[in-house]
Amino acid sequence: MADLDERADGRPVAPVREAGTEDPFGEYGTYRRVRDGLRAYRMIAAMWIRSTMAYRASFAMTTFGNFAATSFDFVAILLMFSQVDELGGFSLPEIALLYGTSAVAFGLADLMIGSMDRLGRRVRDGTLDTLLVRPVPVLAQVAADKFALRRLGRVTQGLFVLGYALTTLDIAWTPAKVLMIPLMVGSGGLIFAAVFVGGAAFQFVAQDASEVQNAFTYGGATLLQYPPALFAKDLLRGVTFVLPLAFVNWVPGLYVLGRPYPLDLPSWLAFAPPLVGVACCALAGVAWRAGLRSYRSTGS
Amino acid sequence: MGTGRLYAAVAAGGFRRYATYRVATAAGVFTNTVFGFILAYTYMALWHEKPHLGGYDQAQALTYVWVGQAMFAVMVLGSAGFEEELIERIRTGDIAVDLYRPVDLQLWWLAADLGRALFQLLGRGVVPMMCGALFFDLALPSGPLPWLACLVAVALGAVVSFAIRYIVALWAFWLLDGAGAMQITWLTGVFFSGMLLPLNVFPGALGELARALPWSALLQAPADVLLGEADPWGTYAFQLAWAAVLLAVGRLIQSAATRKVVVQGG
Repeated sequence: MADLDERADGRPVAPVREAGTEDPFGEYGTYRRVRDGLRAYRMIAAMWIRSTMAYRASFAMTTFGNFAATSFDFVAILLMFSQVDELGGFSLPEIALLYGTSAVAFGLADLMIGSMDRLGRRVRDGTLDTLLVRPVPVLAQVAADKFALRRLGRVTQGLFVLGYALTTLDIAWTPAKVLMIPLMVGSGGLIFAAVFVGGAAFQFVAQDASEVQNAFTYGGATLLQYPPALFAKDLLRGVTFVLPLAFVNWVPGLYVLGRPYPLDLPSWLAFAPPLVGVACCALAGVAWRAGLRSYRSTGS
Repeated sequence: MGTGRLYAAVAAGGFRRYATYRVATAAGVFTNTVFGFILAYTYMALWHEKPHLGGYDQAQALTYVWVGQAMFAVMVLGSAGFEEELIERIRTGDIAVDLYRPVDLQLWWLAADLGRALFQLLGRGVVPMMCGALFFDLALPSGPLPWLACLVAVALGAVVSFAIRYIVALWAFWLLDGAGAMQITWLTGVFFSGMLLPLNVFPGALGELARALPWSALLQAPADVLLGEADPWGTYAFQLAWAAVLLAVGRLIQSAATRKVVVQGG
């Protein structure tokens, strides 16, 4: 594995290869792999950002387009509230809190690794092979592929709605509730990122089924924009215990709003999202490795 | 080969081309069904709060949801259809070859796109609709006549959808990069077709505007014909008028654009 270290003057440093001398986790340990992966990810993403910035006007337009496109979901909710005062017993600011947290969490995951849904295409046309022979973790390469900074548009839109919710909601703020907002967004991003990676792992098996991934990513983000009480109990059990999307914003969000979760979960579970997020990412990592191992090139 | 048979063959080609992607079609059916469920629950909450919103009862509103999911791929409300390929041919200059062919460019793409639409109707429309009927109380007509009337409205809607996207694609002659134009079309299409919310729920002047724009021919019109909420003949007239206008505009832009084509090399 080549080293990507660079000196300040840009010349590469010769890779250090004395096994286990300085690195407590071993030369090819998890720590080192993660560090290498993150560094590769940063470099590839930076390259895509530079290439995007070559056409600044185009970047500004597509970012605004991304912002406007994602705004239409919320405009639809506003139109609903032009006809009714509450939906499933929730007021507009309360739904805006659910919407904002879901949109920002999903937007962050989409920004970071949203391009992973292109994996199926790479498997089909054989260009994945190019990534396999490079001395950089494949996951980092696929995740940073075509890194699209314009997806900040979705994050910004979500932040606007979240800001609206936080300024209009009448909540007795406690330190725990204040802390909960960044916690939800961060852990929610992790959970969605795990869904992206898991979906990509599935595409190793079903090569042209990237739409299935959309059902869980875009579909999940849409689902979480509405109060859980709207949906059937079985659906809620599914997104709580099987694919734990409920921990993105429903469980912690209802704690902030001071409302019970429809499945009678203990209230301390509102603080579980970081654990759920890390566990999801670990599982997605296992799925990714299994998928990558099962990969056979197109061979044509 | 007669002209009619030629375009029929092109349409059959469009149908077969999409029929090849069976796994992708199944994946699309899955996604449409998931979104149908999510929308259905939100509509139930909305119509529970305000029964007879927009003149629909709850069963009609739920039917609208599933008609919407069935039309999603047929009317290309969210992904790209032929226009992506046409823009690419304009950008690379392959369009010059197409212009020398002894066929009409617009009719060629229309035939191919209608073949695609027919496949999407069968491949991605029928199954989500059946899922919806299985899990929810829908207001589906019992006799065959409303279904036939709806199919005609779907066919006319598909022509309007094509005509809009053809105009958008031709802008690539001037813009070279069609990404921005496609994104804007996609946005307006989803919003003004009634994909997010039925257009008769839109308040006041916005609702009237939305119902007068061509996108209402794509989803609102066929849905209302199926639900018995609109007179089929009036709906057809509306759709035909927009189809004629938009196809004519497309033709004008096409002739302006082809005068502009400079064939390099040789």
